[in-house]
Amino acid sequence: MKLLTHNLLSSHVLGVGPQGFLLRIQATEICVSPMDFNPNFVRRMIPKMEWTALVEAAESRGHLSELPRQLEESYEKDEDFLRKVHHILLEVEVVEGTLQCPESGRLFPISRGIPNMLLSDEEATS
Amino acid sequence: MALPSTLNRYLLLLAQEHLEFRLPEIKSLLSLFGGRFSSHQEIHGNSPFWILSIPSEDIARNLMKRTVCAKSIFELWGHGKSPEELYNSLKSYPMEKMAPFLHSDTTYKIKIHTFNKTLTQEEKVKRIDALEFLPFEGKVNLKDPQHVFSILEDYGLDPNHIPEKPLNIYFGRWIADGQRELIESYSVKKRHFIGNTSMDAGLSFIMANHGKVKENDIVFDPFVGTGGLLIPSAHFGAYVCGTDIDYNTIHGLGKASRKNQKWRGPDENIKANLRQYGLEKYYLDVLIADASKPSWRKGLFFDAIITDPPYGIRESSRKTGSQKEIPKGIEKCPESHIPVSFNYHLSDMFIDLLNFAAETLVLGGRLVYWLPVYIPEYMEEIIPRHPCLKLISNCEQRLSSHTARRLITMEKVKDFEDQDQYSHLLDNQFLPYKGLNSFREKYFSGVTKRIAKEEKSSQE
Repeated sequence: MKLLTHNLLSSHVLGVGPQGFLLRIQATEICVSPMDFNPNFVRRMIPKMEWTALVEAAESRGHLSELPRQLEESYEKDEDFLRKVHHILLEVEVVEGTLQCPESGRLFPISRGIPNMLLSDEEATS
Repeated sequence: MALPSTLNRYLLLLAQEHLEFRLPEIKSLLSLFGGRFSSHQEIHGNSPFWILSIPSEDIARNLMKRTVCAKSIFELWGHGKSPEELYNSLKSYPMEKMAPFLHSDTTYKIKIHTFNKTLTQEEKVKRIDALEFLPFEGKVNLKDPQHVFSILEDYGLDPNHIPEKPLNIYFGRWIADGQRELIESYSVKKRHFIGNTSMDAGLSFIMANHGKVKENDIVFDPFVGTGGLLIPSAHFGAYVCGTDIDYNTIHGLGKASRKNQKWRGPDENIKANLRQYGLEKYYLDVLIADASKPSWRKGLFFDAIITDPPYGIRESSRKTGSQKEIPKGIEKCPESHIPVSFNYHLSDMFIDLLNFAAETLVLGGRLVYWLPVYIPEYMEEIIPRHPCLKLISNCEQRLSSHTARRLITMEKVKDFEDQDQYSHLLDNQFLPYKGLNSFREKYFSGVTKRIAKEEKSSQE
């Protein structure tokens, strides 16, 4: 699971609502797999991201202070910055671990890079 | 009144396959590249020859970089119902438009294309010789010409009544070929990882074109299976992701879908499939998730949702449910919790899908999906509607004498406000199509088989 995907996910355990964001990552294995840098894609993604959450997730993965807490206005032209965002969004992958619902504590396992978001009916919102 | 001078006329030569899907494909692609599809277009239904008015040659070239329905496009220099009409039409084509391509330091060749008839070599030479009134000053080069011109003759659609003389004759300068070869190079036969219901390559590219997928988009498939529908989008430069409820499929475990192969190999998964085509760089993620209970936060992420929902014929329709409801048939799943699946009503599945699309697509983003129908009971009214989604096209593919699936394309035209606001509305909108729940029963009831048998015996 890439951090881009993580930024779009939310827990959907019954009654949790918007508090189901942001899922907490507990990783036992992380890998960095290089991906072609595509500045146009990164530029398009940045407005779709919950920025604070992305910085938080990056920091919890040990990428401290690589990303500014606030988006600068001129970020679109800053290639150095776009490369950093590219790395965080697309190259850092959680291979093994869990995602935890911040509200209910429910754990979603990640195995071979693939999160399992299934809930039983009792747990899920209808 | 003459046509607006900014629009040039082009002849599009189409493949005679998936006929209903061609017009929506060409319309979608023209609008993607900034060409407008006006009422001036001369579309002749099932004919392989269409005349299009397109603002520029660039747009025509872009169209051909994407289409799998069209074979070639030509700048149309002349058109007539008889050779005389064609020659007159050619003589009135502006010389300043022809001259750059007929110049003495260019090389060229002339090709002949006939539809529904084969010409002898002698007949072909005759037709080329008859064009000598055109000021061809360049040198003929059959192997590697700079410019290729074509005479195209249309002998109609009926192979049992081939007319003596062509119904239409066209002459044009060849511009570009379409992407028909993708159907072969992406063939499911040669694909590493496939499932029981993998879409054939041609239709999957048509789906991406109906969806107006473009570079740097995010395309999502909520019933991703083995990921076959992600491949065309990635080929066109979009980043792809998907979910599926089936743990084994997503992880590439369990029984193989191929004959002569019992179990899936170690690297049979969606990522490896994309890698096979050099498209791994467009892979985002796949998740195990229930399409009826989306686990995404609020936001508009997806530029297109392109999917083939399971309708319970070759793959079951399932969603998660409580353990009590399922007495047996629980799949082996190595996770600590075992969510089980039970049958998912078809109409509920499509309500969920449309709501999900309305909620997560960007404005102008498209939903493309297959809807199964029982032909004797089909009416256009059963196509599910949503206040935020506009129906763009609806094309039938026959599956048997009584069943079909329809490729539905919708575009998001209005912001999604609050799910509750649509709930009562949706009930009304979806009512006509609740009958679809019985699609599966009808399919399996033997009715279709019996009718097919009767038809067969009456033909004998």
